[in-house]
Amino acid sequence: MSVPLTLLGLLEREPSHGYDLKRDYDTYFGRAKPLPFGQVYATLARLSRDGMVAPGEVEAGDGPDRKRYAITPTGKEEFETWLAEPVEPEPHLQTVLFSKVVLALMLGRSAAHYLDTQRAAHLQRMRELTELKRQDNLMDVLLADHGLFHLEADLRWIDMTAARLPSLAAAVAS
Amino acid sequence: MSVAVVPIDVRSTGTLIEAIEVVYDFGETPALRGANVAIREGEILAVMGPSGSGKSTLLHCLAGILVPKLGEIRLSGERVDTLAESARSALRRDTFGFVFQFGQLVPELSAEENVALPLLLGGVRRNEALVRAREWFGRLGIDGLERRRSGELSGGQAQRVALARGLVAHPKVLFADEPTGSLDSLTGELVMELLVTAARQDGTTVVLVTHEPRVAAYADREVIVRDGQVTSLTPRDRAT
Repeated sequence: MSVPLTLLGLLEREPSHGYDLKRDYDTYFGRAKPLPFGQVYATLARLSRDGMVAPGEVEAGDGPDRKRYAITPTGKEEFETWLAEPVEPEPHLQTVLFSKVVLALMLGRSAAHYLDTQRAAHLQRMRELTELKRQDNLMDVLLADHGLFHLEADLRWIDMTAARLPSLAAAVAS
Repeated sequence: MSVAVVPIDVRSTGTLIEAIEVVYDFGETPALRGANVAIREGEILAVMGPSGSGKSTLLHCLAGILVPKLGEIRLSGERVDTLAESARSALRRDTFGFVFQFGQLVPELSAEENVALPLLLGGVRRNEALVRAREWFGRLGIDGLERRRSGELSGGQAQRVALARGLVAHPKVLFADEPTGSLDSLTGELVMELLVTAARQDGTTVVLVTHEPRVAAYADREVIVRDGQVTSLTPRDRAT
């Protein structure tokens, strides 16, 4: 998750105070990990230094948060470029799951048992995410769906690997 | 949903239905080889496993559709597999409900007549059966479709009608075999949500056969059928 680019995106809507940015970030993107205030202001300072945002005049009133930040044309360009780019697909060719299966086969342990344990852990997590979806918050639903489909992909790999265990064992032994 | 859901704690309930060392063959081909599973009252159990593993055969044995060659099926402690076909038929009609993947609605009947069917077969008078059937259309969000025939329903609508039919007689156990198998992801999710909500409200025990993990994730726990035997992944004490 790129915090600077996400904040730039939020500033695309309208100039905002650091407080508003933190609130919106936490609502949409920081459900598992809210953004500390310190990081908001440090990020805004860096973006300002790099010409991506421009702080407005200090407004009258109490408290430290009296500056409204606006995105600059350079910032807009940076954000547009990022938004249009596809994310690097992560093929996960060397996962821990894979290593555990190969090592179990290599050392004569039960890879099938490991795969069952992993399957149960994945399904338990899927149950938790499904329960989260049932709370009816569309943002949660969207996030939970993403997690569920990834876990499902792992499970398909687990099933396929379980079905291939005899030939895998032979391949590792040779 | 207007009815408050008060989930029962399935950890404190006893076994409602179980298979004990069940063996079943299709001719020379063994389908179940000593399958054991115990399902608590009010529990939603997902039965998973590869194609041809025996999961649908297990469901059919539990539901009294097939009679095991060896082993026992018990409902509330009473043998089911030793009952005469007429008694098992009555059990399927009065105590069990069914939802399958597709092709289950009677095309000549309207949606409401399809839903009313288990009640009519159980001897409920036609008018009363239709009144009770119609209550389900609102509950499952398909009001207005009561008079349609199955050919005039979308896949998701037809599956909700089938779900209503499976639940209309307040069965003790609902057997669902790949209930979302012919639906797209979003419609499948809606059907599962309705199925689980209705089952929890009515305290119905559900045996859900599926190969889809996202469907199984609606269950309290899952078992895997492999080579005709049942492996439990979740210790029963952890099931919630």
